[in-house]
Amino acid sequence: MSEAVIKATKVVKNFGDVKAVRGISFEIQAGEIFAFLGPNGAGKSTTISMLTTMLRPTSGELYLNGHDVQKEQDAARRSFGIVFQDPALEEELTAYENMIVHAVLYAVPKAEQKPRIEELLRLVDLWGRKDSYVKTFSGGMRRRLEIARGLLHHPKILFLDEPTLGLDTQTRNLLWDYVKKLNSSEGTTIFFTTHYLDEAQAIAERIAIIDHGEIVAVGTVGQLTKKTGTKDLEEAYLQLTGKEVRDETSLANNGLNVRTANRNMRLR
Amino acid sequence: MDAVYILWLRQMKRYVRSRSRVLGAIGQPILFLLALGYGLGSVYKRAGEGNFLEFLVPGIIVQTILFSGVFWGIQILFDKRFGFLKEMLVAPVSRLRVLLGNSLGGATISLLQGIFVLVISMVLGFRPHNWAFMPLSLLIMLALCVALTSFGAGLASIVEDFQGFQGINNFIIFPLYFLSGALYPLTGAPTALRVLSSINPLTYCVDALRYTMINQTHFGITKDLIVIALTVVVCIVFAVNRFNRIQA
Repeated sequence: MSEAVIKATKVVKNFGDVKAVRGISFEIQAGEIFAFLGPNGAGKSTTISMLTTMLRPTSGELYLNGHDVQKEQDAARRSFGIVFQDPALEEELTAYENMIVHAVLYAVPKAEQKPRIEELLRLVDLWGRKDSYVKTFSGGMRRRLEIARGLLHHPKILFLDEPTLGLDTQTRNLLWDYVKKLNSSEGTTIFFTTHYLDEAQAIAERIAIIDHGEIVAVGTVGQLTKKTGTKDLEEAYLQLTGKEVRDETSLANNGLNVRTANRNMRLR
Repeated sequence: MDAVYILWLRQMKRYVRSRSRVLGAIGQPILFLLALGYGLGSVYKRAGEGNFLEFLVPGIIVQTILFSGVFWGIQILFDKRFGFLKEMLVAPVSRLRVLLGNSLGGATISLLQGIFVLVISMVLGFRPHNWAFMPLSLLIMLALCVALTSFGAGLASIVEDFQGFQGINNFIIFPLYFLSGALYPLTGAPTALRVLSSINPLTYCVDALRYTMINQTHFGITKDLIVIALTVVVCIVFAVNRFNRIQA
C-alpha cells in the first residue's frame, strides 16, 4: 500500500439537475505537488470544496491524511490549509489579528502563536505591515497573508485554488518559489488549481485534467503529451478538453452560479 | 483562548472600529425619541394619556435592538459574500460554535446599543418607575438580543445576496416594528391592527419593557415573559437549523 495523503473514490456532486462532478477518483501521495486543470465549470472548485469539508458530496468517499472527510471532519480539517479562490480575510482586522483568529480556531498552543506568526509574516514579507488593516492591502499582499495564514497550523496538505489569479509576475514567482520551498523542506503536499498551463507545467509533478465533471487524464507532463501525441501541455490540454469556449453556468463561486442557474431554470 | 471567544472578539472589534455604524445605530433611535417624543407629546397629553416620551422609551429600545440585532446576525451574509465565512467553516470548530461566537458578538453589541439608548433617554428626562425592576428590564433586553441576532443569522443563511437583505428589511423587519405597538398604545387601536400585533412576538417584548419601566401592561408580564422565552427558543432553533445547512 502506498501512502496516499489525499484519496477520492467515485465522488459525485449534483446541484439539482446539474451534475457538477460525475464520479471522480484519484490518489495523491504525501509530498507530491499536484495540479488540477480544467476549463471553467469543469468541477475543479467543487472538488476542492468537497475535499475541504465545505460541500457534502452526493456520493463517494474522500480521505485526507487518512481521515474520512465526512465522518472525521475536525481531524480532516486540521490536516489541511487552504488559500481560497476569493480572499477570505477579515478586512477590518489587522494582518496580525487575522493570524491570531486563525491560530485560536485551529487551537495552536498559546506559547507558539506569536513566534509562528512572526516567522510566517516575515517569510511572506508582511511583518512590517502586521498592524495594518487588511482593507489597506493590495491583492498580492492579501494573497501572501492568506498563504501565511494557511500554514499557521502546520498542515500536511496545502490547497491553493487559483492562487495566482490577478497577481503580477513578481508576486507569482515569489509565491511559487515559496510553495516549492515549503514542499521540499516540510514535505507539505500541494494541491492546486490554475488556468495558467505554464505554471502547472513548471511546478506540478503530476497533473489531472478534469472536464465536464470527469477526470479525462492524469499523469506527469511527459505522460500527458505522450498519451495525446502532442508537444507540450497546452496542446495536450486543448486536445483533451476541446477548443470551444465554455459558457458561464460555471461553478465559480463554489456552485453558487449553478444554483442560481437552476433556480432561474425552474422560474422559467 | 477559545474559538467562540475569538469570534465574539472579532465582532466587537469590528463594532468598535466602525464609528459611523455606532453613531448611525444610536442616532436613529435618538432622532425618533426627540422627534416623536417632543413632536407628538403634546397631542398625546391632550388625549389624556400622560407622558409620551415615557411611553415611547421601551418601544425605542426594542427598535434599537431589533435593527441592530438583525443587522449583526445578518453579518453572516456579509461574511458569505466577502469570503470570511469560508475561513470559519473549514476550521476544526463545529458549526454550532461558529454560530455561537458570531451571534453572541451580535447580541452583546445590540445589548450595548439598547443600554446606550436607555441612558440617553434618562438624560432626556426619562425615569423608570421602579429601579428594582432594572435587572428584569436588562434580562428582557438580553433575551431580545439573543433572539434577534439568531433570527438574523438564520435569515442570512437562507438568502444569497444583498437584494435578499433589502427584502428582509422591507418585508419583515419594518412590519414587525410598526406592528409591535412600539409607537402607539394597542388599547383602542383598530381590531385588525390589534390582531396583527398580538401575533407579533415583538409586541410582547415592548409590553414587557413597558411593565418593568413605566408600569403599564396590555397582556400582563407573565404572558409576555412566556412569549419571549418561546421566541428565543424558536429563533435559536431556526438559526442552528439553517446555519447547519449552509454549503459555502
